[in-house]
Amino acid sequence: MNVDIHGPRIFFTIPVLGGIPITETMVYSLGLTLLILGVCFFLTRDLRVRAVSKRQVVAEFLVETAQNFVNGNMGERFAYYGPLTAALFASSLLSSLLSLFGLFPPTSDLNTPLSWALMVFVLITYTKMRTGGVGGYLKGFTQPIPVLTPFNILSELATPISMAFRHFGNIVSGSVITSLVYAALAAASTAVIGLLSGTVFLPLILAALGVAMLITGFKGNKLPRKVVGVVAVALGVLGALGYAGTVLDIPVLQVGIPAVLSVYFDLFSSFMQAFIFCMLTTLYIANAAEE
Amino acid sequence: MELAKAIILAGCAIGAGLALIAGIGPGIGEGYAVGKALESIGRQPECKGDVTSTMLLGCAIAETTGIYGFVTGLLLIFVAPGIFTGML
Repeated sequence: MNVDIHGPRIFFTIPVLGGIPITETMVYSLGLTLLILGVCFFLTRDLRVRAVSKRQVVAEFLVETAQNFVNGNMGERFAYYGPLTAALFASSLLSSLLSLFGLFPPTSDLNTPLSWALMVFVLITYTKMRTGGVGGYLKGFTQPIPVLTPFNILSELATPISMAFRHFGNIVSGSVITSLVYAALAAASTAVIGLLSGTVFLPLILAALGVAMLITGFKGNKLPRKVVGVVAVALGVLGALGYAGTVLDIPVLQVGIPAVLSVYFDLFSSFMQAFIFCMLTTLYIANAAEE
Repeated sequence: MELAKAIILAGCAIGAGLALIAGIGPGIGEGYAVGKALESIGRQPECKGDVTSTMLLGCAIAETTGIYGFVTGLLLIFVAPGIFTGML
């Protein structure tokens, strides 16, 4: 039973400044950036006012959704944050969804969400300074009483850290649990199938019994017999496969079962984290302008 | 030397287990939030969309402390043993 939990692999190292490692994170992020750029260029080619193409309808839908999201959360005066939020959402979502293809998702490297969060932190600080001036920004730390200054500084610093770790932790916990389940299923299939395929006869007898149950079940139209028959046939076939599998060593149980987890951890969690990251970005920046 | 290494590994493993106790808090908190959201949807079904999206945002923020615990556990399992055995 081997559990494979690893960080981003290093492809090669550029021998400048003591070696710059080129990791999976960098390569995949760059690829996704190019992909998003390509999709944007493709969708926005020959835009018209009348007789719009299907492509333009998709582009308009995407832009309007992003713009409505930003306008709803921040108000009309911050409409220019729309492109930034849309870019963050697209990169976050596509990065996390890479795990569907069995690739390393760049968001499960802390560097990726941390860099986004630091960028948002700079924007928040800039917005605060622009609203109240540098003096007002510094004075904000001593509110409501000067004794609380250290705590105010701590809570200010906690913003980017919590944003980065929330995104990172959610994606990593998904991949850790998925790899644990894969290892457990490999062990379970070795145990179960190994038990069944001790001899060739046991699975064959089981399958024959199952077929007999199925036939009588269909003739008498009895549901329990059909169910038991299907289970017995499946076990028999799996046992026979496992007998072959002791030669080939295929973990049969790994087929299909992890897909249930994948729906939650890959699809739902990726979408949720991208949405929450953008939501928090817009809310923090809008909040910074109000003080 | 071997004993020191064994103590370090045992300490890291126990610490990781203890760090994940932090999962209790978000579990209770999110359950409470979802319960309240269901109550309010039951009272005003027309607000379902707003209540659901606000609830998901609140759940994500309530989850933060649990995530801190999880990251601490990961650090204790994968990073800390290397650092501490290097100090010996």
